[in-house]
Amino acid sequence: MPDEKLRITINGKVVLCSRDETILDAAKKAEVRIPTLCYDERLEPYGGCRLCIVEIKDFPKPVPACTTRVKDKMVISTETDEVRRMRKNILALLLSNHPNDCMRCEATGNCALQTLSYEYEVDGTRFAGETWNLPIRNDNPFITYDPNKCILCGRCVRICNDVVMAGTIELTGRGFDSRPDTSFGRPRSLDNCEFCGQCVSTCPTGALIDRKAVGRGRAYEMTKVKTTCPYCGTGCNFYLNVKDGEVVKVTSDFEAPVNHGNLCIKGRYGYDFIHSQERITSPIIKKGGQYVESTWDEALDLVAQRLGEILQEYGPSSVGAFSSARCTNEENFLLSKLVRTVFKSNNVDCCARV
Amino acid sequence: MAGQTKTRPGTRKVSRAGKKAKATTASRSKAQSGVQAVKDLTIKVCMGTGGLAAGSQDVIDEFAAQLRVCGITADIVKKCVNKTGCRGFCAKDVLVEITLDGETAVYQLVTPDKVSRIVQEHILGGDPVEQWLVGPEYHAFHDKQTKILLKQCGQIDPEDINAYIEIGGYEGVKKALSQTPFEVIEEVKSSGLRGRGGAGFPTGLKWEFCSMSSEAVRYIICNADEGDPGAFMDRAIIEGNPHSVLEGMIIGGYAIGAKEGYIYIRAEYPLAVGRLEIAIEQAKKRGFLGKNVLRSGYDFEIRIKQGAGAFVCGEASALMRSIEGKRGMPRAKLWRSAVKGLWDKPTVLNNVETFANIPLIILNGAEWYRGFGTERSTGTKVFALTGKMKNTGLIEVPMGMTLREMIFDIGGGMTGKNTLKAVQTGGPSGGCIPARHLDLPVDFDSLASVGSMMGSGSMVVVDQTTCMVDLAKFFITFTQHESCGKCVPCRIGTKRMLETLTRITEGRGREDDIDLLIELGNDIKNASLCGLGQSAPNPILSTIEFFREEYEAHIKYGRCPANVCKSLRQYLISPEACKMCGKCSRVCPSGAIKWEPRHTAELDKTKCVKCGACYDACPFNAIM
Ligand SMILES: Cc1cc2nc3c(=O)[nH]c(=O)nc-3n(C[C@H](O)[C@H](O)[C@H](O)COP(=O)(O)O)c2cc1C
Ligand code: SF4
Ligand code: SF4
Repeated sequence: MPDEKLRITINGKVVLCSRDETILDAAKKAEVRIPTLCYDERLEPYGGCRLCIVEIKDFPKPVPACTTRVKDKMVISTETDEVRRMRKNILALLLSNHPNDCMRCEATGNCALQTLSYEYEVDGTRFAGETWNLPIRNDNPFITYDPNKCILCGRCVRICNDVVMAGTIELTGRGFDSRPDTSFGRPRSLDNCEFCGQCVSTCPTGALIDRKAVGRGRAYEMTKVKTTCPYCGTGCNFYLNVKDGEVVKVTSDFEAPVNHGNLCIKGRYGYDFIHSQERITSPIIKKGGQYVESTWDEALDLVAQRLGEILQEYGPSSVGAFSSARCTNEENFLLSKLVRTVFKSNNVDCCARV
Repeated sequence: MAGQTKTRPGTRKVSRAGKKAKATTASRSKAQSGVQAVKDLTIKVCMGTGGLAAGSQDVIDEFAAQLRVCGITADIVKKCVNKTGCRGFCAKDVLVEITLDGETAVYQLVTPDKVSRIVQEHILGGDPVEQWLVGPEYHAFHDKQTKILLKQCGQIDPEDINAYIEIGGYEGVKKALSQTPFEVIEEVKSSGLRGRGGAGFPTGLKWEFCSMSSEAVRYIICNADEGDPGAFMDRAIIEGNPHSVLEGMIIGGYAIGAKEGYIYIRAEYPLAVGRLEIAIEQAKKRGFLGKNVLRSGYDFEIRIKQGAGAFVCGEASALMRSIEGKRGMPRAKLWRSAVKGLWDKPTVLNNVETFANIPLIILNGAEWYRGFGTERSTGTKVFALTGKMKNTGLIEVPMGMTLREMIFDIGGGMTGKNTLKAVQTGGPSGGCIPARHLDLPVDFDSLASVGSMMGSGSMVVVDQTTCMVDLAKFFITFTQHESCGKCVPCRIGTKRMLETLTRITEGRGREDDIDLLIELGNDIKNASLCGLGQSAPNPILSTIEFFREEYEAHIKYGRCPANVCKSLRQYLISPEACKMCGKCSRVCPSGAIKWEPRHTAELDKTKCVKCGACYDACPFNAIM
């Protein structure tokens, strides 16, 4: 119930919350940043990484902010020496089984683990011990999986099962050897993978990366251009990552009102056409049985002229238009207007309706 | 599966009144002359998993065969041999109890080859075979115990609902159904019963939370996962008296308003599963389960769900995920199970032993129940005593009994010349309690006060030959292996603790390892998601607290005081004791022992790999 306001104090700031909000939700309202690795707004709170632990006054031990609901008059501190020390140890444990090879890692500059290790000044030496040393998996045309960099935040597994509902990956094994994998370790592409790259979009480390963009630039070298997906009528937004005038990859726009950062295979990986040599870049007119390249002026004049003739001779119902789902709403609207008000025909449709 | 051979209803005891043979001398002569008198004879053979493992099926078969040979018809033999559940005295399995004309004698360590003499001398001859009867320790083992839950285990036929009904079974359900759910919950609340699954949460309160839900569909679950490696009390209760658990669940289901119940049991317990299946079938036929239970209008079904035997699946939320068909992984407690449990519906989960207590509480009243145990931990508790004691097995005692009474009075003290060093309670989640705390009363709160816990109720008694670092390593190996991998402190933290302990036991310990273990241990306890991680460091932290000098001996002096850690052993050859036979030199795999005929053997420490082969080979104990 939204009107049920509870008064919460976070680092001295007071915020009003409702009963089913968590401490993490409250912190966002108070503009207090709490570090997380396993949290993704698109997913249910998980409580796996334990980095979001905070102290609550009169509580015997720290609690995870992502999976603790607020109570009235809670007094929360997010940056005490004790929780910072514990976070440091948790990060050090993660780094103790990590290649710590940021120099060559695709995720450098865009890795939550790297950012937090920098912020908390930790490395993997304190708890050094056995590491995995597993083979890198290149068994999917779009996705490279380096299990050694995986921190088991479970985000890929959850997005694959709970959002995409493909069920390609699950956490497997127990203890130190647990990790996300397909059933029986089969190639990802064979196990019902939809190639949507949702797992890549949520992975906070370099464990899952877009294969097509490997070696083509760091996150900070990219100019990010926000755009709408041209493939269907849903209107998902995303960022084209452009370097040296070339689209290198697509990344999620988590603020997008339609898709919240989610994408399908077409939006995420279907951008090859942009720089394709086979792309048709000027109008083509069939002249005497031959396709001949021409100019926009010539083509538009031809279409206008022929449409006029047909309308004159056979009436409005003799023409119609079928538009594409790859057009934007605005473009579809304009076409509909053209057909209905200029041609005076009702014969207009769009493939998005199927 | 042995559990599937049924005994016929109503044939628990051979009682052909009026046809009894009276004088034993008479029966002996009759036996010799081949004429068989029909006697009032009951033979009870321990057929729990412990008994079965010790060969009780062979013993039963042998009794059957022998009695047939002696002219007692097969029909009677079948009636005589009950498949009883666990009696708790596992160290002396197979136990056979023979009641002949009202007199009972118990044999221990029975093997098939002993059966013939027992049949001849005791059953036919009337003279029990004294040398094989149980000794005074059997009686000591039993007399100090207060059995209310285990009372019927080993006494009634677990595969026959009539046997349970005869001793007042299902009267609790009848009484509960005549009350309102509210009254039932009040009774359980006032009994003070606390969950026997480990955490000791008040059962009545748990039921009350769930009963207050506004959702119509609710579930009740019995936790029979029993993952603690040292525990087997839940198995014993199910194998010995499965109906008591069903009865507890029916009453609980009625109280919280659940129409469906699940029993989550590990598939490694085939006998228990089989007996539950039989019990559910029989209870359905008698109207205790199914639509309209005892014509009260209340519907209740119980299903069995077999688990694959992961320790973490005993944890409440992981168990529910497993029933749902998902990976058994704990879920963060954003909501209590009483609000969102199985399939996000209000759910109550209780342990087997908790449920077995319920019919007794309803039938005899909360006040009666509070008569056992202490004020804050009422009732009795079943413990699995294992380790270096004379009598090991399952015991049931009132809460608050001291460790000393359990180990020395019931357990009969230590074996041989061993001295008690510590008791590990609560399995891998619990802690080590040193000998000086032996007078600690065992209940939920006092165990917690010394850094241990009740856990499932397993108790491992260790003596001076156990290395505490090695013991801690054993438990953390188990928890690391069983961690579900979800949260960082448990998944990687326990691995690093295990690695640290390993290097300490191998003589590679570092100066600050103890501090590291303490800091990491406390962080794992405080930052882990579920009870597994939150309790995994307990064995390490408690052994450091009480046996720190053993850790230091390993790290600073490269010495294992209990002489257990292989890498730290030092082998020496005593020139005085050496008889120059050369056996040691021949078995040494690394050529570290120099020997020539008529010369004492010499050991080169730099080459020794500490395998101990020479130590085992020397016939003269010259190697130390
Ligand atoms: C790792 C782990 C393993 C557990 N295993 C068991 C078990 O095998 N049997 C059990 O009854 N409870 C087990 N528990 C406790 C359960 O989570 C739960 O508290 C209990 O079943 C509730 O029943 P109770 O209230 O009757 O004790 C386990 C808990 C944890 C954290
Ligand atoms: S692959 Fe990435 S998203 Fe998946 S569990 Fe590992 S770190 Fe998390
Ligand atoms: S504490 Fe261990 S077993 Fe429990 S959720 Fe975390 S990783 Fe899994």
